[in-house]
Amino acid sequence: MQSKLRTKFLIILATILVCLYGIVGLPKSKDELLRNLRNNIKLGLDLRGGSHLVLQVQVQDAFKAEADADIERLKDELNRQNIVFSSIERNDPATLEEADKIEIVIKGVPLDKTGAIRSLVSEKFDAWVLTAINSTDYRLTMKPTKALELRRDTLARSMATIESRINGLGLTESTVQPRGRSDAEAELLIQMPGVDDPARVKQILGTAALLELYEVKDGPFATAEQARLNYGGVLPLNSKILRQSARAGEPEAYFVVARTPVITGRDLRSARAQQGEFGKWETAFTLNQDAARRFERFTETHINKRLAIVLDNNIRSAPVIQNRISDSGRITGANDQQEASDLALILRAGSLPASVTYLEERTVGPSLGADSIRQGIISGIVGLLAVVLVMLVYYRRAGVNATVALVLNALILIGVLAYSGAVLTLPGIAGIILLIGMAVDSNVLIFERIREELKAGKGVLAAIDAGFNKAFVTIIDTHVTTVVSCAFLFIFGTGPVKGFAVTLVIGLIANLFTSIFVSRFLFDWDLAGKKNVTSLSI
Amino acid sequence: MELFKNANFDFLGKKWPFIIASLLLTAAGVVSLIVKGGPKYGIDFAGGVNMYVKFAQTPPVEKLRSALSQKIPGEISVVEIPGTQEVIIGVEQKQEKDLDSARRLVVETLAANFGQTGGKLDLHNTGAGELAARLRDPLQRASVGLSDQQLADLAKAIMNFRDGGPNFGILSSLDQLSAVPGVTPAILNVIKQEVALSPFAIRSVEIVGPKIGAELRNQAILATLYALAGMLVYIAFRFETIYGVAAVIAVFHDTIITIGLFSIFNKEISLTVVAALLTLVGYSMNDTIVVFDRIRENLKLMRREKFPNLVNLSINQTLSRTVLTSGLTFLSAFALWLFGGQVLNGFAFALVVGIIVGTYSSIFIASPILIFWKDWTERRSRRTSGDSGSAVAEKRAAGREPMKAVK
Repeated sequence: MQSKLRTKFLIILATILVCLYGIVGLPKSKDELLRNLRNNIKLGLDLRGGSHLVLQVQVQDAFKAEADADIERLKDELNRQNIVFSSIERNDPATLEEADKIEIVIKGVPLDKTGAIRSLVSEKFDAWVLTAINSTDYRLTMKPTKALELRRDTLARSMATIESRINGLGLTESTVQPRGRSDAEAELLIQMPGVDDPARVKQILGTAALLELYEVKDGPFATAEQARLNYGGVLPLNSKILRQSARAGEPEAYFVVARTPVITGRDLRSARAQQGEFGKWETAFTLNQDAARRFERFTETHINKRLAIVLDNNIRSAPVIQNRISDSGRITGANDQQEASDLALILRAGSLPASVTYLEERTVGPSLGADSIRQGIISGIVGLLAVVLVMLVYYRRAGVNATVALVLNALILIGVLAYSGAVLTLPGIAGIILLIGMAVDSNVLIFERIREELKAGKGVLAAIDAGFNKAFVTIIDTHVTTVVSCAFLFIFGTGPVKGFAVTLVIGLIANLFTSIFVSRFLFDWDLAGKKNVTSLSI
Repeated sequence: MELFKNANFDFLGKKWPFIIASLLLTAAGVVSLIVKGGPKYGIDFAGGVNMYVKFAQTPPVEKLRSALSQKIPGEISVVEIPGTQEVIIGVEQKQEKDLDSARRLVVETLAANFGQTGGKLDLHNTGAGELAARLRDPLQRASVGLSDQQLADLAKAIMNFRDGGPNFGILSSLDQLSAVPGVTPAILNVIKQEVALSPFAIRSVEIVGPKIGAELRNQAILATLYALAGMLVYIAFRFETIYGVAAVIAVFHDTIITIGLFSIFNKEISLTVVAALLTLVGYSMNDTIVVFDRIRENLKLMRREKFPNLVNLSINQTLSRTVLTSGLTFLSAFALWLFGGQVLNGFAFALVVGIIVGTYSSIFIASPILIFWKDWTERRSRRTSGDSGSAVAEKRAAGREPMKAVK
């Protein structure tokens, strides 16, 4: 009996020590203790402050861009093979779900070119399927396999771009992961602990940042209409109109530019913020070797003409080319240093292949997090004290056992949280407070049973034995039922609800150990060695 | 100390008034739900913007409300949190694309009406990065030599001072910053030139698009239904199918009443409230199982006892435990309600209500269902078998078929 008790004691002691080590490590000073505590118990975004974002990648943008590029290529090929046509146009899918329905319609192809256009599409445009609408018009639809590939590729590239932007911001603890059940939802979940400026981050992540340098054919004009009139109402082939928005001292302006850019964001090697003339902040960029050679040739032949620097389809500036430029350029017009360096960061990270929309944002300021922790701890302690007080008054000596079991229960729970790296959230704290109530229930069940057995005339030891045995069945049933419901919460619930379920389940399992094993041990320990026990303080 | 000495209340004899009360309460909740067109969903489920704003003094709720409704179309709520200087600004928004602009408009309105800082940086609503950028040049001009790293650390320390206790986001004057390690009088002077304190701080922002809202709602309903089904199966496995059905009907009753009370008191159902509802489901189930467990045990011990008497006896035997546990759980939920803060208020309310209703339903809903079922099956079998021997009826009433073996 004695040695059995000693084994039990050692098991309990070991559990306490292992949990304590997991929570605070082996601190040598008070500071170290607090630091270890902070490192070991990971707090959720709601407690430590931070942002949780869900964004949706507008995949249809990539489909449209793909179609536009292929339309240009198609026009070239048709011209080369002397196939005439009256128009080539694509439809305009507005939503994510309709992205796959992208189609290109070619009209007015002569009857005798049917064979030629069929073989052209099947040889050089293998992403598309050609069907005839009537004898002269054709429709190109995207193959489902290609569409799926493009969807996945767009999502993967968006995710990579967003990740590198976040890294560029120095938000090292942040995570980006796909959300939703399938690729079709195209959603990304971004968690950024400790971020204190979410509006700016959202801005940075949401900017498409498509940088393009265009040859300016004509301009500036006051309106788009004027620009078109300049050419008799019809723009020349291979050109388009771009807008420069109004800026301090300069009105809105329109330029006619070449249809395809000379340089795009993909050609960049680096970008950084710097102070230019008059101390104004600007973003300087350098090109990679390949693009630098191209740019050199281009500027050499276009001296005294304008070059449009375009970001997200808006002309930032259209300087006149003074002399040959090889590998560098500047984007002017930033309001302050932060704007210039944010732009540099975005350019370095690369452009998004499609625009993004925010579906959800939850930001908790650090002050609210600190407040919540304080309130959670206060209500936890008040609840615990109230429960302990009632237990001690009602069960006296046995109440001490229950209290020890309760404290150990909380210790094991926090220890497991520390070891597993599970995150403690506000609903998690609520789960702990609830657990206090449920842990007490186990003890109450046992103690009431022991009282009943004593009343029925059993001896103290027999009553304890019977009480524990009979209550055991009930405790198992109640705990398993709650664990079952928590399992469903975990599987089907979202973030906060999950945190709640995890904490409660860990607590309940720990409770089985403390209420049945530890509490029993305390009774046995108390009575060990005493002969002829006739009364029990319960 | 003992609560009940040899408790012997005739609970089931008085069941009808309680069942009627239950039905009335359920009906009141359902009527309120129907009249108000369903539960009042928080922005978690409905979609919209929620902002917690802490003020330096008593929040000017009326001024805020009128300023906001001039700027922003749609339904706007400004709710003061009692006992604090905080308000929750809620904007319901059904369009994904308008969400960010709604947020921006709220921030702009706040700044325009309350946060005149005269071009200075508002320390209450800024981040460490912005603060460091703002101070860099002026510090240099004031010839305070700080490296970028030192400056970043200083900005961070100021932010931590602002956010930690006892300030929790609001400083009363910039002079308080002299308590931050590293802030010298020279630096404080520069800070005073560049930085001002608006009388409010935005403590949290929640923006949920309608799509995610609907998704969360469906998930919550699914999770509840699956959890109920899972528990039904487990209890049916451990006891008998009717026990599972009775327990699930009882917790369903609790959930409906709680949701009804939320509707009557005009409280919002948010994601955390759903967590609380699920907790109360687990709690009520717990309570019911304890009673059922005792019934199962007594059925083995007292084969000759009439079933209704046996159920009543079981309830009485577990009464001390029921009252004590409910009381203690109620205490911890009550502490949460009093001290847990605004964020957990809805959660705690659901628990406080749920514990009372859950305890009561084990006795007055779940147990009577068992008796009704027994009665019904007995009468049916008597009719079909045609054997009206009272001995058989009594045997059926007292001893059910032996229970599944339990350890």
